[in-house]
Amino acid sequence: MISLTINGLEVSMEEGTTLLEASRFYGFPIPTLCHMDGLSPYGACRLCVVEIGQGANAKLVTSCTYPVEEGLQVRTASSRVVKARKMILELLLASCPQSKTIQDLASSHDIRQQRFKQEFEDCILCGRCVRMCEEQMAAKAIGFRGRGEKRSLGTPFDMKSETCRLCGACMYVCPACELRCTYTELDKAICGGCANLSPPCLEKNSFDDMMCYMEPCVACEVKKD
Amino acid sequence: MNPEHIREIIDHHEGGKKAGIIPILEDIQSQYSYLPEEALRIVAEKTGRSLVDIYGVASFYKAFSLKPRGKHLISICLGTACHVRGGLRIAEEFERQLKIKPGETTKDKEITLETVNCLGACALGPIVTVDGRYFSNVVSPKVREIIHKARTGLDRVDIKTDERIFPVEVACPRCNHSLMDRHHYIDGYPSIRVTVSFEFKHGWVRLSCLYGSYSVDSEYKIPDGVITNFFCPHCHAELIGASECMTCGAPMVPMLVRGEGGMIQICSRRGCKGHRLDLT
Ligand code: SF4
Ligand code: SF4
Ligand code: SF4
Ligand code: FES
Ligand code: FES
Repeated sequence: MISLTINGLEVSMEEGTTLLEASRFYGFPIPTLCHMDGLSPYGACRLCVVEIGQGANAKLVTSCTYPVEEGLQVRTASSRVVKARKMILELLLASCPQSKTIQDLASSHDIRQQRFKQEFEDCILCGRCVRMCEEQMAAKAIGFRGRGEKRSLGTPFDMKSETCRLCGACMYVCPACELRCTYTELDKAICGGCANLSPPCLEKNSFDDMMCYMEPCVACEVKKD
Repeated sequence: MNPEHIREIIDHHEGGKKAGIIPILEDIQSQYSYLPEEALRIVAEKTGRSLVDIYGVASFYKAFSLKPRGKHLISICLGTACHVRGGLRIAEEFERQLKIKPGETTKDKEITLETVNCLGACALGPIVTVDGRYFSNVVSPKVREIIHKARTGLDRVDIKTDERIFPVEVACPRCNHSLMDRHHYIDGYPSIRVTVSFEFKHGWVRLSCLYGSYSVDSEYKIPDGVITNFFCPHCHAELIGASECMTCGAPMVPMLVRGEGGMIQICSRRGCKGHRLDLT
């Protein structure tokens, strides 16, 4: 067992666990995006940063890839961590503003404005789909191609893959593919109307065309009755 | 493409067990001038790796091309020094005349155009190389001639056939400082002095300035066959270009030729006599 302190609490964890697992186990929440239980750690999104060390040696590391160390002092919500995390989220939101996952993360971290140019990327290169396809589906049908600015995701030669099982797992785990709840106005960032006493989708008849992903949805429950 | 040939290359590298797949891809690229899709599939199958991984590596490195390349390669330098001297305009002129963009190949499969970042001869910029041979101080009106030379093939001054012996005066291609040492003579002429490093040793080397002579004098004895790194003794920049020795494949060391104007390149491998001379 390895003993360390997380936010001042002395804890012990088995060797080989990550700071993320340790913190979550002891009830300290850390937001993640590229991390997914059951897939190998990847460290791409940097959202899970925590601060380790003391004084001038303190530094930010990605908790999803950093293993527990004897005597380590970890802070999961210091002002430096919170500041870095907000900046990362703002940038993620700018690159993929249509992702509901990122929108939810941003709003739960008190981001109320968009300072950067929105890029509407189809992919944030989090690598979830690549790991899903390789590690859980044993297909290895998709992967990263190219480098730098031109890095992209897909099959070799952009051709229909022979090894793909058409399982859909890659799309299921993709934070960028997942669409947001927009009511009938597709260009709207987010509807949020269900927070009203009478959600707008109740009155509309074209409900089938809606990009609504609320679950459970009050509006839908009401409509059923 | 011959599948058997690709299999032979892979076998030659023991299926990539020792050094991974990059040497295999390099060999295929040098034989076919690009990586054909079929070849990558064979590599995947024979090395037991997935095609995504191989494709990922092949598309990552700029040295690999997935599209067929032309017979001749024109590289335009857009490094900082060449950029400020108008390299971009030269590149546009090439694009216009060849009707292709950098990274593309002409329809007749003759010429591939690419842009690179610094070819190690900044003092002579803007630099364009054709199949590893230098053209210096390129201006837009010279572009047509360079394309013509690329198509008709440049005459190679190969030492095996070239019996000319004459003295040259050289300078560092980075800082333009003369490399001639007037206090030490070799073959009756001032020698060329550069710094070399090899196997953790660092010292001076004096070369004969006679084109066609291989007399050298050095601080440390350089064993035959060893590749050394050459540096300018004045600006300390490494003298390294983009081309490889036609004889042994080691990197070539470029130097400016004073007077005539042009580049001389010598092989960085001790004992190898590969070199070439491009006069403008
Ligand atoms: S659908 Fe194809 S590419 Fe996506 S995870 Fe399944 S096997 Fe992999
Ligand atoms: S496609 Fe989706 S899951 Fe895959 S790397 Fe891009 S954002 Fe991540
Ligand atoms: S459930 Fe209806 S009201 Fe709520 S966000 Fe979706 S479309 Fe808007
Ligand atoms: S969750 Fe740790 S870097 Fe993405
Ligand atoms: S910038 Fe063109 S040769 Fe260095």
